[in-house]
Amino acid sequence: MSKILIRGAKVLGGEPQDVLIDGETIAEVGPGLSAEGAEVVEADGKVLLPGLVDLHTHLREPGREDSETVLTGTRAAASGGYTAVFAMANTFPVADTAGVVEQVYRLGREHGYCDVQPIGAVTVGLEGRKLAELGAMHESAAGVTVFSDDGKCVDDAVIMRRALEYVKAFGGVVAQHAQEPRLTEGAQMNEGVVSAELGLGGWPAVAEESIIARDVLLAEHVGSRVHICHLSTAGSVEIVRWAKSRGIDVTAEVTPHHLLLTDELVRTYNPVYKVNPPLRTERDVHALREALADGTIDIVATDHAPHPHEDKDCEWAAAAMGMVGLETALSVVQETMVDTGLLDWAGVADRMSFEPARIGRATGHGRPVSAGEPANLTLVDTAYRGQVDPAGFASRSRNTPYEGRELPGRVTHTWLRGKATLVDGKLT
Amino acid sequence: MQRHLISAADLTRDDAVLILDTAEEMARVADRPIKKLPTLRGRTVVNLFFEDSTRTRISFEAAEKRLSADVINFTAKGSSVSKGESLKDTAQTLEAMGVDAVVIRHSASGAPYRLATSGWIDAVVINAGDGTHQHPTQALLDAFTMRRRLIGRDAGLGKDLGGKRITVVGDVLHSRVARSNVDLLHTLGADVTLVAPPTLLPVGVESWPCEVSYDLDATLPKSDAVMMLRVQRERMNAAFFPTEREYSRRYGLDGDRMAKMPEHAVVMHPGPMVRGMEITAEVADSERCTVVEQVANGVSIRMAVLYLLLGGNEPAVTHTRTTEEK
Repeated sequence: MSKILIRGAKVLGGEPQDVLIDGETIAEVGPGLSAEGAEVVEADGKVLLPGLVDLHTHLREPGREDSETVLTGTRAAASGGYTAVFAMANTFPVADTAGVVEQVYRLGREHGYCDVQPIGAVTVGLEGRKLAELGAMHESAAGVTVFSDDGKCVDDAVIMRRALEYVKAFGGVVAQHAQEPRLTEGAQMNEGVVSAELGLGGWPAVAEESIIARDVLLAEHVGSRVHICHLSTAGSVEIVRWAKSRGIDVTAEVTPHHLLLTDELVRTYNPVYKVNPPLRTERDVHALREALADGTIDIVATDHAPHPHEDKDCEWAAAAMGMVGLETALSVVQETMVDTGLLDWAGVADRMSFEPARIGRATGHGRPVSAGEPANLTLVDTAYRGQVDPAGFASRSRNTPYEGRELPGRVTHTWLRGKATLVDGKLT
Repeated sequence: MQRHLISAADLTRDDAVLILDTAEEMARVADRPIKKLPTLRGRTVVNLFFEDSTRTRISFEAAEKRLSADVINFTAKGSSVSKGESLKDTAQTLEAMGVDAVVIRHSASGAPYRLATSGWIDAVVINAGDGTHQHPTQALLDAFTMRRRLIGRDAGLGKDLGGKRITVVGDVLHSRVARSNVDLLHTLGADVTLVAPPTLLPVGVESWPCEVSYDLDATLPKSDAVMMLRVQRERMNAAFFPTEREYSRRYGLDGDRMAKMPEHAVVMHPGPMVRGMEITAEVADSERCTVVEQVANGVSIRMAVLYLLLGGNEPAVTHTRTTEEK
């Protein structure tokens, strides 16, 4: 493979440097590197980050190829600057056996846009009753380390306890979708002032917080680590902060949309704002930003949830929950965290690459931008501002809440093990 | 006035008073031997009912026919909707047939808003009740009934309900009637108090422009009108209250409780009543109960709304009345 010289890039937002890629690895980082024999990419003050890692993506294949496939989803990931995504298990069939996770893993490798690390279901069929063969999925070619019934909560305390204990044997982690099911029957949006007015069924914050409280205590009791998916409330932040101060091995993620949007948008009854957990209040948004800045929340994860147009072009109650996010995540993080002064680019690299790779044990990803490391890199034009146009998405679905919204930042190049997957904003 | 009627909260005080005054004119039509005006001749109105509601549908239909509109009734049962057709496709089908107004009833909160704002159709949209969100014509007919009873048919013209004390009792949580009434009565200057067990009040009710009480007996003496909401028996299965009997004892309106109301105060109910649950037969059948009047007033209010949203600038009744009354 040929050499690539990225000239004048602000590595993690620092002073401009040159980065030389040789084959699949970073050969050299420093000022004034020789361009001899290398293709030159003028970075021109753009920010160079380690390839982003998403711990929470729905690729929909197998089963819902009308909304996304491994190919379209990984192309969307490359467009958004990602070099690895963790694919959630709620497919049809459910990723609860070695066979399904190996299929998804292999499809990702074959297409070559972004590594796909399958997440295994915690329970058979996501039904919450019987543990799936977690060990078999771990030992498969897919090497599953993250297990989640995402979309559904592992609400049975005994099953959750056993899962937390069981995966310790191979360093796995359970990622909990925290939603007490009885408190959220018929839930359509955040329960509060807006739901009272709109007459939509409420999804109370306590339904999330009570499960997180229970699970951090379970993790402490059995000495396991636990990961909290898409944490969305100020109260959840307080619980995780308390758990960490107690030394409990808990990590948590926040989605870009929960960092930016509030339930006031539901007043439009436009289902593009329908998501689970629901958009919360301004107070929650600020608590989540603070928590991501101070490290209480460890990472940003997209919860990229593609849905076909007809599932959103309808009345609110009939609509599917979820938003696509891979292609707008970094822009939303720049808008809410960087441009507000809460986080610098090194912090973004930490929350969107280093930490998610560490939590998911993704080898070869989330590595420093230095000589000898795999050349998984993302180049971002942080000076750019523009309107989000879903027509340009690589994802098969268009259910973005940001259509027409002006956001900063644009990923111009992505390299996966030295191979360009995105060049000047265009997929290769 | 806005182009559609989706929520009682969209009406200004002047809009609402205009509708009430226009409804009084419409009511006079009902007193004539021939109860018909030519106002909406040649206009087509669809009653698009995705949820069973014979009373509301008949009320709108009577109003539309008295204004000489061409009326199409569309009920979801037995139609393509039950075979999976979307609201959008149904709407566009109706649009293609050239309808001028859609009166929509839907079990999903916000469905009329979506219909009016999604660019699916151009027709005027009138909300005939959506989920647990709004039922604006119900609130208007309730306000109309209150104004007549508490101020007077002629004396009320041009007036709002400033200073009137209205108590709404029952299942506020699941009630679009309560939401619409709180919005409209507040706009009209009334002081509203909601009375319900805490389980049947929404989280967030504290931001509504009204008072909240758990004590019916304390509120009754300070009420000019008491509106009883229907309470479905099944609610007790979801632990909203322990038993039917306990609900009736604490929040039902019987003769003894009615006696605590000021002499001029009226009892209202949007129907259908659950006798023996929120209201006893003694109260429901008393002189003070306006249930039947509310039904009659509903037709006048819906005529007024249809006329104001569809009729344009020509006078609704004045001219016609003089010629007919000759």
